[in-house]
Amino acid sequence: MSTTGNPGGGPAPAASTASHHAPAHTAPPARALPGHGESHRHVLVAIVLNKPGVLNRVASLMRARNFNIETLAVSHTDQPEVSRMTITLRGDDVAVEQAAKQLYRLIDVLKVQDVTSDPTVEHEIALIKVRADERNRGEVLTIAEMYRARVVDLAAESLIVEATGTEAEVDALIALLRGFGIKELVRSGTVVMSRGAGSIEEAVKR
Amino acid sequence: MGTNDDASRANGFAPDGAGRSPTATTATAGRRGTADGTAGKRDRINHMPGAGTARAEAISAGRREMLSDAGRKEIKSLAERGVKRPRIGADAVCEALLRQGVSVWFGYPGGVVLPLYDVLGDYPELRHILVRHEQGAAHAADGYARATGEVGVCLGTSGPGATNLVTGIGNAMLDSIPMIAITGNVVASLLGKDAFQEIDITGITLPCTKHNYLVRDANDIPRVFAEAFHIARTGRPGPVHIDLTKDALMGACTAEHPETLDLPGFKPNFEGNYRQIKLAAQEIARAERPVILAGHGVLISDATEELRELAEKAQIPVAHTLLGVSAIDETNPLSLGFVGMHGWKHVNRTIQSADLLIALGMRFDDRVTGHVPTFAPYARIVHVDIDPAEIGKNVAVEIPIVGDVKRVLRALLPQVEPVAPERRAAYLAEIAEWRVESEKAPWHGAGSWRNGQLSADYVVTKIGEASGHDATIVADVGQNQMWAARYAGFRRPKSHISSGGLGTMGFGLPAAMGAAIGRPDKETWAIVGDGGLQMTVQEMMTLVQDHIPVKIALLDNHKLGMVRQWQELVYAGNYHSSHLLGPDWVKLAEAYGVAGFRATTPEEVDGAIAAARAVDGPALVHFVIAEQQNVFPMMPAGKGLSDLLEEQFEEPKQ
Repeated sequence: MSTTGNPGGGPAPAASTASHHAPAHTAPPARALPGHGESHRHVLVAIVLNKPGVLNRVASLMRARNFNIETLAVSHTDQPEVSRMTITLRGDDVAVEQAAKQLYRLIDVLKVQDVTSDPTVEHEIALIKVRADERNRGEVLTIAEMYRARVVDLAAESLIVEATGTEAEVDALIALLRGFGIKELVRSGTVVMSRGAGSIEEAVKR
Repeated sequence: MGTNDDASRANGFAPDGAGRSPTATTATAGRRGTADGTAGKRDRINHMPGAGTARAEAISAGRREMLSDAGRKEIKSLAERGVKRPRIGADAVCEALLRQGVSVWFGYPGGVVLPLYDVLGDYPELRHILVRHEQGAAHAADGYARATGEVGVCLGTSGPGATNLVTGIGNAMLDSIPMIAITGNVVASLLGKDAFQEIDITGITLPCTKHNYLVRDANDIPRVFAEAFHIARTGRPGPVHIDLTKDALMGACTAEHPETLDLPGFKPNFEGNYRQIKLAAQEIARAERPVILAGHGVLISDATEELRELAEKAQIPVAHTLLGVSAIDETNPLSLGFVGMHGWKHVNRTIQSADLLIALGMRFDDRVTGHVPTFAPYARIVHVDIDPAEIGKNVAVEIPIVGDVKRVLRALLPQVEPVAPERRAAYLAEIAEWRVESEKAPWHGAGSWRNGQLSADYVVTKIGEASGHDATIVADVGQNQMWAARYAGFRRPKSHISSGGLGTMGFGLPAAMGAAIGRPDKETWAIVGDGGLQMTVQEMMTLVQDHIPVKIALLDNHKLGMVRQWQELVYAGNYHSSHLLGPDWVKLAEAYGVAGFRATTPEEVDGAIAAARAVDGPALVHFVIAEQQNVFPMMPAGKGLSDLLEEQFEEPKQ
């Protein structure tokens, strides 16, 4: 059996098309795909029911839908029945909106808000164990001080710096300390709260 | 939670509230606040279009009403049944099913669910169908749900019983089928200990269910079942899985069945946004070449009448997706036919030349759109779907409306200006011309394919005719499925059942079993291929044991036909592993106790169909069809609706 591609089903002949149709000899316009915009870092806040497995549901969904989570921080709120997640991820506006809509499909998710462009306080905490002895300890302490970081543990050949700040501030401090030798590093992931009197938690209060 | 909070959720990301562009919603919602971000943010959280109005109140009242759907059917207590034993979790399961109106379910017993089977005798009004494999139970519950619109229920034991259900659960998820899948699990103290027949089944079903539960306490059973049924059938339907530990089934249960539900995170938006509906009406008034694309949502929301009204009022031709088959009576002059990869060429041409696409309850699957940048290039799109996540997921649309198709159409209809048929005369005449061309395949209606062997589309056409286009036709997956959708001829809503999203071979026979039980007033045909039937053939025994009168039309080409078709057209004729031996089907049917018939020539088709229909019970007709017949047209993967492969007709050799 021989088969060939057939360019059937093209745009209708000009005689019967509506006025805004392109003439038959020009290529039809391309339909825009959703998204494909510039990829940015986004911060989502999700208020979820405090039930077993809810973290698994959120993480599983993000993996299954091919969203790339950078950080995910979960904690209790002042209401025992709800928890709060701060999710940072990269993507264009449409992809992140899709992530939020997919999160809403989860029965245990009460509220999702993209706070990327809102005025917020955004912080994470990092513990950095730096190689430092009596010769360069002073230098490390000076750098830590400039970043308003604290030294929370001191040993003969190392110390632990506790830093809080935005992701970028913590990144910058880590970059400076790397020269001394970082023995161990842990970061909590970003937590975020909107400035002003508004409260996402009150919005879901029952 | 109060009125305003209810509204905030719908408004937060639901695209229909925030203007014409689906891409703008998050951004505009985020920027609506004032500079200090306080008053503005509160407004955003609590904002609802028309807050305080009667309409807003009606929406909130509707949502409260929705949550009162906890299952109310009056049922007899154990004492009233004259049973003298304490009420246990297994009793609560049976009571919950009866309260929800369940009269039949499909299951397979095993170690940890035996406590449930031990009490089933006390609930004779609950008909349990013993399947031959748990996959059959899930597909049967699925077919039952599709044929009736009710929630289908299936059951398996722990471990392999549970994993065997998973394909059927995934199938229901992809096609938005309301289903409750119940599994047993080992006693709670053994969970996580790799006990005999233990598997983390809630972990497995998590990504392929609408929601799932692990129940360890008998007293949670009434609440969980009430919630599960509500979630399964409300909004966009879907499967809900309930995993019950053996001790939950055996433990004493004192909990009452709830009258209302507390599901703060589950609030589907039923009513479309008024402004968006108005915009849609304006688009319809402006359009010269509008097309409706009807999907499964039209059938789920029971909106077939509203669809017909809209089509006739504004003279809009109606195409349908695979799961939208039977959303419109195909004899209606405005019914176009089946769209997409194996859709009719005239339908695809109409979509490609349309200036307005009204997509109702469908999700722009890749089998519908093909290569998205070339899809409906001249069309503005109105997209109605109850799931906000479907809006702007695959295709960017101009007018998104989040809501139940029926309610949106009811709100839209009065806004639509009637269109005189003359205004569409040239447009519809052009489509009619394309249609003649697209339907001219020389073997269609003639019975034999070009090599003289029996033609599959002829068989399917004859089954449709013989059953008066009123039978429930259940397809399997592959070529048989496409032939069924294209040629059987559908008039009655929900008379076509097919595995669309997951494309599950083996679906046909068990789903037909469920459909036949759900609609015993209708004849039921399973149109299956020899590949798919060999996957779930064991359910023939269930047909016999439970007297389920399914008629099986086996289109046997000794091939995995669709695989072979792709190998021929895409893989240069490299026919690896697509040639398939089968048993002597008539003998096999008779071995099961199913009446068997065979037709190998066009002349034998009518007689074989009539013989099968005359049997008082299940029957199988073995149609030996042409081995090389393909489904045309075909949109090759990665191509668009304008790039269809078509059959090349050759002159018969002299």
